[in-house]
Parts: sequence; C-alpha cells; structure tokens
Amino acid sequence: MGELTLNDIKTGSSAVVTKIGSLGPLKRRLIDMGITPGVRIFVKKVAPLGDPIEIRLRGYELSIRRTEAKNIFVKKDNE
Amino acid sequence: MGSNIALIGNPNCGKTTLFNALTGSNQYVGNWAGVTVEKKTGRTIKGNFNITDLPGIYSLSPYSLEERITRDFVINENPDAIINIIDGTNIERNLYLTVQLIELGKPMVLVVNMMDDVEAKGWSIDCDYLSKLLGMPIVPISARKSENIDEVLKQVEYVIEHRIIPPEITYDLKTQNALNEIYSVIVKNICDAGKIPYNFYAAKLLEGDMESVKTLKLDNVQLGAVEKIVRGYEKSSECHDREAMLADARYKFIEEVVRKTVVKNESEEALTISDKIDAIVTNRFLAIPVFLLIMFLMFSFTFGPVGKFLSDIIEILVNDVIASFISGILEKANAPQWTYRLLLDGVVSGVGGILTFLPQIAILFFCLSILEDSGYMARAAFITDRFLRRLGLSGKSFIPMIMGFGCTTPAVMATRTQENINERRMTIMLVPFMSCGAKLTIYALFAGAFFKGNKGLVIFSMYILGFLVAIAVGLLLKKTVFKGNMALFVMELPPYRMPMPRSVLKNTWDKCKGFLVKAGTVIFSMSIVIWLLQNFSPSLHMVNDSSQSIFGVIGTTIAPIFAPLGFGTWQASVSLLSGLVAKEAVVSSLGVLYGAGGDSLSAVISSVFTPLSAYSYMVFCLLYVPCVSAFVTIRREMGSFKWALASAAMQIGVAYVVSLFIYQAGSLIERMF
Repeated sequence: MGELTLNDIKTGSSAVVTKIGSLGPLKRRLIDMGITPGVRIFVKKVAPLGDPIEIRLRGYELSIRRTEAKNIFVKKDNE
Repeated sequence: MGSNIALIGNPNCGKTTLFNALTGSNQYVGNWAGVTVEKKTGRTIKGNFNITDLPGIYSLSPYSLEERITRDFVINENPDAIINIIDGTNIERNLYLTVQLIELGKPMVLVVNMMDDVEAKGWSIDCDYLSKLLGMPIVPISARKSENIDEVLKQVEYVIEHRIIPPEITYDLKTQNALNEIYSVIVKNICDAGKIPYNFYAAKLLEGDMESVKTLKLDNVQLGAVEKIVRGYEKSSECHDREAMLADARYKFIEEVVRKTVVKNESEEALTISDKIDAIVTNRFLAIPVFLLIMFLMFSFTFGPVGKFLSDIIEILVNDVIASFISGILEKANAPQWTYRLLLDGVVSGVGGILTFLPQIAILFFCLSILEDSGYMARAAFITDRFLRRLGLSGKSFIPMIMGFGCTTPAVMATRTQENINERRMTIMLVPFMSCGAKLTIYALFAGAFFKGNKGLVIFSMYILGFLVAIAVGLLLKKTVFKGNMALFVMELPPYRMPMPRSVLKNTWDKCKGFLVKAGTVIFSMSIVIWLLQNFSPSLHMVNDSSQSIFGVIGTTIAPIFAPLGFGTWQASVSLLSGLVAKEAVVSSLGVLYGAGGDSLSAVISSVFTPLSAYSYMVFCLLYVPCVSAFVTIRREMGSFKWALASAAMQIGVAYVVSLFIYQAGSLIERMF
C-alpha cells in the first residue's frame, strides 16, 4: 500500500517504472511492449469515458486500462 | 521450388504492403473471406522465392494466437531465411522482436520501413552502422512508395547463398552468465531440438517459457539445475523478476544500438501531426460526437443515394440487358420451355438479385479499409473500451464488431488480436448480431415492399436492433457463461497515416472478389438446386404446382413452427433454410419460389405478408444463425464444434424469441387500436 503506481500519475507528467505487479500473460505483454523497470513513461491522455489511458514510452503511443496501470509501480521522474 | 522466406514484423509496420510489392499478383493463396488467412504465401515477381506473410507480432512468446502461429511456423517449417521488417519511426520497440528473431539462428535481412516518414520527421538512421552492430544486411525502404524493393530480394539471395547468420547478441554480464549456464545444462538434448539453436531455448527457459521445457524434454535433474540458475539470476536484481530482467537486458542492448545509429532531432514533447489530429479525435468532449459522425457518414455513404444509384444501374443491367440477352439466345436455339424457367427464374433472378448489392458492399469495405489504414480504428477502440468492458468485451472487440456490418466471416477472424479467450469467444458470439451486408438484401426487399416512405428508417432500425440484442445477450453471457472474466487491454495507438489508394482499393477489391466468387459459385449452384427442389416432387417428377415439390413438402412440415412469428408459409420457411447457405439466398429463394423477381417480387411479397409479419421476418433473418461460411469460421476460431453449435443454437433461440415477441406484441397493439 501507498506505493506509487502509473495510475496515480497525472496526465501530462511522466514517471519511471520500478516494478511490474501483474502476473501471467498480462505481465508478459506489458514487458514485451517495452514497459520494463527503468523505462520512462509519459501519461498523455485519458479516454473520454475516463478509461483507458494513453501513454508514451520508447517513442511510441500505447493504450492501457487503469486496472493495468495500477499494477505498474513507478517512482517520480527526477527531471 | 525456390527458397522459403518468412516475412515477420510487428503489427502495422507495413508488412503486407511489402508482401504485395514483392509478390505482385503472384499470390497463389487467395485472401477470400472464408478461407484461412492465417498466413499467405506468394511467389516473388523476381527471383525464385516463396514468401510467407505471417501475422504481425510483438514478441516470440506464445501469448496471443497470432504469436503462436508465427512462432510455430518458424520453428516447424524451418524457412531458409527471415525478412524482418521494422517501422523506422518506432525502431526501439520493433527491434525487440528482431533481437528475439536473431536467437533463431536463421539467415536474416532487416528491412527498415517508413524511411520517408523518418526523413519527414527530420530523423536519420545510420543503416550501415546498424548493419555492422546487428551483423545482418539492412535495407531501408518505403514500402508505400515501392522504393528499394528489389534490393530486399538481392540481400535475401545473398544471405541464403552465403549462409550469413547474425551473430549471437551479448547481453549484460549477469544475463549472459545465466544464459551460458542454462546452455550448458541443456546442450546434451541437442538431438531432440531439431533445427533451432540452443540460444533460443536458453533464453526461453530463462524467462520461464514452459513450452520450451516440453520441446526439449528436460529431465528433473536438468529442470532443477535450470531453476537454480534462474533463482540466482533473479536475486541479482531489485525486482526479482526473470521475465522483466531478460526483457530489460534485451531493451538495454537495443537502447545502446539505437543510441549509436539513430539521430532524433525533436524533443519528445513536440506535437506531431498525429497529436494534432488526436487533439480533436480523442478529445474528452469531442471524441464521441466525432466517432458518431464518422459512423453516420460511413453508413449514409453506403446505404444512401450513392449506393442506391449504383445498385439501380446494376439492377437495370441484370433485368433488362442480361435477361433479354439470354432469352434471345434461348429463342434462337428453340430451347424448351423449362430452360427459360431454369435460367431466367432460377439463375438470373437468383444471382442477379445478389449482384445489385455489390456496390453497397464495395462502399462499406472501402470505408472500413480507410478507417483501418488511417489508424482511426485503434482510436475507436480507445474511445469505446470503457463502454464495451461493461459487456465483458474490450475496445479490441470494437473492430470485429464494426467489420461484422460488412461480413461476419472476416470479422470473426479479426478477433484474433484478442488475447483473452473468454473475451474472444464472447466477441465471436456477438458479431453475428451485427447485421452483415448480405442481410441488407432481405431488408431492402421487405422494407421496399411494405415501408416505402420509411424504408431507410426501417432498415436502420434493424441495425439498431441487432446492436441492442448484442448488448442484451452480452450482459447475459457476462453474468452467466463468462463470469469473472478479466480481459486485458494493451493496444498500440499507431500514428495516423494517409491511407494509400492502392492498398484501400486492393482490399476493397479482395472483398468484392470474395462476394463475386460467392455469387458465381455458391449462389449460382444454390439457385439451381433450389429451382430443382422446387420444380420436382419427392418422387422426382416435374411438377407445376410448387407446393407439391420437395421444397413444398419440407416447408409445409416446418412452417407451423414459424406460424406464431407471423410467417408460417412454406415459401418463407424454405427461404430461411436457403439462407443458411448464404443470406442473399433468402431473397433469391423467395424469388424462385414465387416465380418473380425485382418489382414483381415486391408485389407478391406484399400480398402474402402483412407489414407486421414482414418486420418479424426481417428481425428473424437479422438474428438467426449466419451463413455456412461464417459458421465454419466460427467453429474454427472457437477451436471447438461444441462452442460453435452452442453459439448457433443461442442465435436461433434469440431470433425466435425476439421475433415472437415483436409479432405477438404487435398483433396485440393492432387489435387494441
């Protein structure tokens, strides 16, 4: 508890991934898409109905749901 | 024979465009809806190569069905070389697959596509250096502009001839040590593994891919040893996660390569053209209105004046030109009377009736191709995900659902991008409720005969009803069959691209060709079969009163089932049976059974149906099982006959209940007023 996740990051700011909390195929897919510890993720947009969110990493755009974002642990970007 | 080449790349990186450019029209496996489109093989225009276009994938982990198909192909079919195509504008993530492909130890050529976009962005990629770092030839191309395509084949020929296999990648020390240790444990199983080198399996075991364990037939001692190595590896990092660590090692290697070879002269926050479009298209407030507007435009373009005008031209062509041409020939040849009936009442009204829908189907697929190629489909999925999730689906179900308005068969195949099996099954079960293009033929006939003034509105109500039924059934299935289903939604939002006229037209033409083939084969033979069944009695004598025919007998037997729905005539029942072959056959069958076509068929219909029973009939046609081609596809995609049968039974049940409700409620209201 209390750990910062990607879901807590405001639109228009970025964070650095520390750990992937999901399990199984979802984790595999997140990792394959380049969400690995140490990568910087920029939260770009929220869908009109509040979910999913659009993020930018490794030079491209990805859309994930909030439930998935909650399983991506991050730390504040020290830029 | 020639060499076999696998064409592999991420989704949406221009793979198929390259495939088409390389093979031209030399494909020998068609892309017709109804046949497997898992992989297409084509012969190259130049040189002696068979190229297989595999589904777009992000990684070689067997995670989605498409990844499994590609992985199995490379491992089992043992192609002579791999062409790996990557998107130059998204090089970092694309190279992640490249790194895994290198482990397969095949001669490889890396094709960097979208070089025009790379230049337009003001980036540069040092391909010579990249080639040195990865140890394989690199060909920069713009598949859209067909630039440098010949060079790809030249390089392929070169790597095969000289067996140039990219060298193994050296990862960071910890990862490399772990890989080497695993390698030494499994190396004695060498004879079992076949043609795939051990680096591949070492990496798979390090990330915990259980399928590799099976392939290698490791014994318990070996498994224990591997487990120990993995545990040691996990301890060496903060996150203690083998999968994340290996992926990280791969990405570290890629980052290094990209840093050395790619110059991006823009800040990450700079607005791209895609960002500007998205500022409106996925805007919080505008997204949904824009989405509805696009859907509205697509449907009014397809079913509005433009489509109608083109249909009319074809109708005139069929009824006046072709029909009179055929009867002219028959007259000259002094042909017997029954040949007139067979050819004109059977074939021309059957096949011709269907052809009038070609323009609308072409326009619909044209619009869908544009939406697909431009990148809007992914945005539509992004916008609709929240809503579809309530039904146990996801934004990824949206694309198959929309395609369902065109044709159920390709729509069901499009569900392959959905990783979650429950979500996928659910989408497959709901797609048939999206009214397909063929059913339009039925609505057009009935709405034209009964609801002249409100024809468009009545037809539109069918689409809405299908949609509402899909929602209701979806909610029901979610609460019962697919309980506790947690779907995933990780989807790339590709940059917007101008749809290429050539690709859009080709795609549209492929779909039309499928339709024409169907009209020329299935509908043609069905028209003849129906005509025979309707003109011969069970004792195989030709009859003049078609109620005495084979069809008449079958129809009369099953007709009472449909009486409560308002259409208990044998002709209506038999036409529903013909509709199992293809939905267009309902209309052609009615035409044949009533011995009428075009306007005269409408006249007959208006005398045997009431507006209410006509509407009930339309609803039944909307909801009951799709055609045989769709059923076969559903069976294949569900991977189980039981599921396919269950879904067909569910659809017939729903169709019966909804039509019954509409007819009975309607009759009640009619009686009250």
